[in-house]
Amino acid sequence: MAIREISYRDAINEALREEMERDPTVCIFGEDVGRYGGPFQVTRGLYERFGEWRVRDTPISEEGFTGMAVGAAMTGLRPVVEIMYNDFVTLAMDQIINQAAKARYMFGGKARVPMVIRTQGGAGRGNAAQHSQSLEMWFVHIPGLIVIQPSTPYDAKGLLKSAIRNDNPVIFIEHKLLYITTGPVPEEEYLIPIGVADIKRAGDDVTIVATSRMVHFALQAAGELEKEGIQAEVIDPRTLKPLDIETIVRSVKKTGRLVVVNEGHLTGGFTAEVAARVQREAFDWLDAPIMQVATEDVPIPYNRQLEWEAMPSAADIIQAVKSVVYR
Amino acid sequence: MTLDRAKLADMYYRMWLIRHFEARARWLFQQDLVRGSTHTYTGEEAVAVGACAALNRDDYITSTHRGHGHCLAKGGDPRRMMAELLGKATGYCKGKGGSMHIADLDLGILGANGIVGGGIAIATGAAYSAKVRGTRQVVVCFFGDGAANQGVLLEAGNMAALWKLPVIYLCEENQYAEFSPSRPFFAVERLEQRALGLGMEGIPVDGNDVLAVYETVRQAVERARAGQGPSFIVAKTYRWEGHTVGDPLTYRPAGEAEQWKTPERDPIARFGKYLVEQAGFSPAELEEMNQRAEAEIEAAVLFAMESPEPAIATLWEDVYA
Ligand SMILES: Cc1ncc(C[n+]2csc(CCOP(=O)(O)OP(=O)(O)O)c2C)c(N)n1
Ligand SMILES: [Mg+2]
Repeated sequence: MAIREISYRDAINEALREEMERDPTVCIFGEDVGRYGGPFQVTRGLYERFGEWRVRDTPISEEGFTGMAVGAAMTGLRPVVEIMYNDFVTLAMDQIINQAAKARYMFGGKARVPMVIRTQGGAGRGNAAQHSQSLEMWFVHIPGLIVIQPSTPYDAKGLLKSAIRNDNPVIFIEHKLLYITTGPVPEEEYLIPIGVADIKRAGDDVTIVATSRMVHFALQAAGELEKEGIQAEVIDPRTLKPLDIETIVRSVKKTGRLVVVNEGHLTGGFTAEVAARVQREAFDWLDAPIMQVATEDVPIPYNRQLEWEAMPSAADIIQAVKSVVYR
Repeated sequence: MTLDRAKLADMYYRMWLIRHFEARARWLFQQDLVRGSTHTYTGEEAVAVGACAALNRDDYITSTHRGHGHCLAKGGDPRRMMAELLGKATGYCKGKGGSMHIADLDLGILGANGIVGGGIAIATGAAYSAKVRGTRQVVVCFFGDGAANQGVLLEAGNMAALWKLPVIYLCEENQYAEFSPSRPFFAVERLEQRALGLGMEGIPVDGNDVLAVYETVRQAVERARAGQGPSFIVAKTYRWEGHTVGDPLTYRPAGEAEQWKTPERDPIARFGKYLVEQAGFSPAELEEMNQRAEAEIEAAVLFAMESPEPAIATLWEDVYA
């Protein structure tokens, strides 16, 4: 298999392009996604290739075009909506939560809403409180939605292709600071199944479950810990819902220790959800309390030092690991 | 029109204050001292200054992501603004907000906003509040031609018209929304036609003519204070620079901006010409005001640079009242 190094951004672009070539019902809606090529240049070249009806530059009307995608999805299209920052999803929430997520069940299984909402989240760039949130758990809470957060170009491409082919509304959350990161991606077509975690690094002493950009922080922490003789296993669920709890539990049964890392806020967050599931399914295997590393329960501040303090860091992960391996 | 010499001078000075502030903000961003993104108001000075000149100190405004000009026009302190851009403890938001979130509640500035259209309903609520409290305060709601496509404008505008709220919706038609021209995104021929559906008259105004903006807003304020309800004004202007500092502007026709920077169109040059030809100012006086404004901004930059970083403990402060 021919493998190249490409960016996260380009991997997403390839996924969109391939799916649009393959299926004429795949359409993109969003602000500046067409002529400009996307605010983060993710949709570059697609407008030129597929034209304005397949790649629609919309007015700044998030509720309107997200709802349009719901209607279009119910009637035969496979829309991919881009919400520029996940923070703006607030404006489209009714369409996602009350309409897209509910239609199938509420209508007795008759409706299908095959749409994807692509957006990006995360802090670390000084974008302050309204442009830096990690809102994945809002969607994880809602039955009927699938939630994906890729951490690498390879995962982003394979999972987005699966998301577009999936018949449910899928929330696909990218990370603003991952767009320029690169990684190996095969030339050949591949799909990654939704709901399957990936073990990013094997180890026997402690399990670290991390999502999105935090996977990279966890790997960095694992590298440091190795120097001190601690072997961490790093698991990226990739899909937050449905969650591949089996892979996580299997690892915890091996290591006996778990640290969960997520960029969302601590309270009511992903780390609490994983901790609850693991203690239920692997209580007898745990040798230490489950540690949670998450963003402080404060809005993301603008100032650089305050922002760094608010977010999880590799040092926070190392500290959490040491506290559960008792070193 | 009842503008005395001091008022005219103040307006001219503020326009320069904005122009110089934005020049320094751009520079500081390029030095990596301002983080995130910053949006300059250069070329649109007449809108904010003309509108705020028609307001009292205790009247309210809501602003946008492109908010430096609104804040300065309403009397904001450039030192505390600049300190906020640098994330310092002395900034308006103690370094927690940055360029896009400056607010000065004491001056009735209910905040810049990172959400396009985010101020529209808030302005409407402030007007409702003024009416209930019986204060005669009015609200100017600044929003962009891109923001005019947010659904909230229909909802809030309708309520304002229904209940005759003292709010002035002031759309800044600067011809761009982010990385696209704004015109292809509204179906009406002229943006002011949107007002009809809200039960208001849509009033266009030359947004590069500070006196025209002033007079149009002054009349709207008068109607609002007299209990005659909201107004919908569209100020036609032009965004001289990119959407954010660093925007490569690939989508803008070459030479277009230059046509807006001519002495006939540049809002500051236009007002300067009026002041000399019709209000008895000398060119030397104007130049002195320009230099004084520049010096005030330089002092603001120094103040910001020398100010302390916020203490880490402040991270957990102000989450709840
Ligand atoms: C709800 C929401 N959608 C999208 C954005 C991204 N965005 C920031 S500014 C902007 C364009 C706004 O255009 P306009 O209202 O005309 O204001 P201008 O920048 O021209 O002053 C966009 C799309 C945002 N901040 N909030
Ligand atoms: Mg605009």
